Amino acid sequence: MNQQRLNGNAIEIESLVKVYKGAVRALDGIDLVVPAGSVFGLLGPNGAGKTTAVKIASTLSFPTSGTIRVAGIDVVAHPRQVREAIGVVGQVSGVDVNLNGRENLRLQGLIRSIHGRELKQRVNELLEQFGLADSAKRVARNYSGGMQRRLDIATALVHRPQVLFLDEPTTGLDPEVRTEMWQEIERLTHEEGLTILLTTHYLEEADRLAAKLAILDRGKVVATGSPEELKQELEGDTIHVELREDAPDGTIRAALENVKGIRQLDHDVRCLRARVEHGATAIPLVLQALESKGLAVDSVSVSRPSLDDVYMRYTGREFARADEEGARQQSPAGEEKR
Amino acid sequence: MKELLSHSLTMTDRDLRRLARQPWWIVVTLVQPVIWLLLFGPLFKGIANIPGFHAHSYIQFLTPGVVIMTAFFSGGWNGMATIDDLNRGVVDRLLVSPLRRSAFFIGHVLQTSVSIIIQAAIIVVLAYAMGAHFANGALGLLVLFTAAVLLGGSLNAVSNGLALIFRREETLIATLNVFMLPLTFLSSAFMQQNLIPHWMQVGARFNPLNWAVQASRSAISSGTDWGSVGTHLGLLAGLLVVCMAFARRTIHTYQSSV
Ligand SMILES: Nc1ncnc2c1ncn2[C@@H]1O[C@H](COP(=O)(O)OP(=O)(O)O)[C@@H](O)[C@H]1O
Ligand SMILES: [Mg+2]
Repeated sequence: MNQQRLNGNAIEIESLVKVYKGAVRALDGIDLVVPAGSVFGLLGPNGAGKTTAVKIASTLSFPTSGTIRVAGIDVVAHPRQVREAIGVVGQVSGVDVNLNGRENLRLQGLIRSIHGRELKQRVNELLEQFGLADSAKRVARNYSGGMQRRLDIATALVHRPQVLFLDEPTTGLDPEVRTEMWQEIERLTHEEGLTILLTTHYLEEADRLAAKLAILDRGKVVATGSPEELKQELEGDTIHVELREDAPDGTIRAALENVKGIRQLDHDVRCLRARVEHGATAIPLVLQALESKGLAVDSVSVSRPSLDDVYMRYTGREFARADEEGARQQSPAGEEKR
Repeated sequence: MKELLSHSLTMTDRDLRRLARQPWWIVVTLVQPVIWLLLFGPLFKGIANIPGFHAHSYIQFLTPGVVIMTAFFSGGWNGMATIDDLNRGVVDRLLVSPLRRSAFFIGHVLQTSVSIIIQAAIIVVLAYAMGAHFANGALGLLVLFTAAVLLGGSLNAVSNGLALIFRREETLIATLNVFMLPLTFLSSAFMQQNLIPHWMQVGARFNPLNWAVQASRSAISSGTDWGSVGTHLGLLAGLLVVCMAFARRTIHTYQSSV
């Protein structure tokens, strides 16, 4: 129950592979080191393997191969000790909707052998901290989405874990609730020194919260570093062009094939995104090339590299498109819930 | 050991709170056995006059059957709640906590036991009011309740284990129906053993539901064969142990598939 600050690495993952039945290679040999005391972001589009990684590191699921240590303990050899040291907020809320807020917190405390006055105190403290004191006696079924998520996080903290897993904590929340959640997560690391492994498919969330992040794509870690480092590695600018009408197949690529200074290009029928050496020089050339193929331009903008560009640099795809595609592939099987 | 007990009771407490918040469910559980007794009693009244039928009245004969059937189904359908817990992430959250694995199932079994005892008590009181006589007093009733709890608990463990394996409501319902319905017919719950076809009598010998009916019916009738009561209760206790062992293993199966 004493909160020990971890020194060194909170999570160490080496060559982790997970193959599901039916030969889905959800994780294809990932290596990760999560330093203690900060938020580590695991960023990736739908289906990248984020939830799988969290399930294995939190002792729910078993690795096919590889070693994973959490708080210095091997998750396969000593799951029980790992469970004492971690708090987990899954992608699907773990709130028991048939219990009220207080009962949810008490249940977690009792399982962790916290009893009596100590439990009562801790429960009250968390209800207060997460703004649930007034709703403590209401059944969680009647909570709003934001309240349920807050209760979810609170129940993961009853025993003062050293490492907290948050699997897509803001997915499905309203924008303003999301911002509140971000503030809460920042507070947990800054004030309480908690190590948080946070997965997300929101670029801005990773950018804002993660001290360090790993970009996961199709079961592989394609890049690691702080958001700043990752962006700085990309020299040059990004330009976005929106066309007035849908372009026939192949014309965009054909038009821009010979334009100098384009390093990478991703597009659909209407929009294109190109990484270029120098925005101001490239824009006129790009516009000219498009017009010459009869593609009228609606708008154009230039920006400094974002995490989106980082993702594109390493995977050759635009993040949003990969995300949609991943969601499409997952939903018919109905497996993404688990 | 102390931890296992504490974890189990924590789970039971949670289950009971959940039930207490579903008034509709309470009504159904309480009313259903009463309906069986009130409906089947008069319906089958004539059976007591069949030559070779021993019980003084059919109500008296029917009571242990209804108690045991109720326990059987209470336990058997319990896995449905676990499917709900799976879908809501509640099971995953429990499995990544230091909760003792067996406590997950023991907790459910204890909750079912509480429900079964309440239901059995209602049935017994009602049957008494309708003119049933219980031989052997408290001891006979104790056997009845014990048999009901052992059987319901076994079914409960199997049902929850299957829930973790299948993880889908439809599959669980189909599977439970496939083995629960035949067991209810292949028993003497509603018909005296020697009045059902021979092959069914043979089958019934291997039917846990029938063990429970036989033990409790004998224990509350005059001329109790205590040896047979003991054997049947022993078999039921063994069944519960086997079912718990099965359930405990399904956790690993579940974790291997998520
Ligand atoms: N229990 C499972 N059985 C089979 N395949 C699964 C299971 N869970 C996830 N997958 C597959 O593994 C891949 C990674 O999924 P997941 O880890 O949920 O991705 P993310 O959380 O990044 O969206 C997907 O292709 C998904 O369909
Ligand atoms: Mg996920």
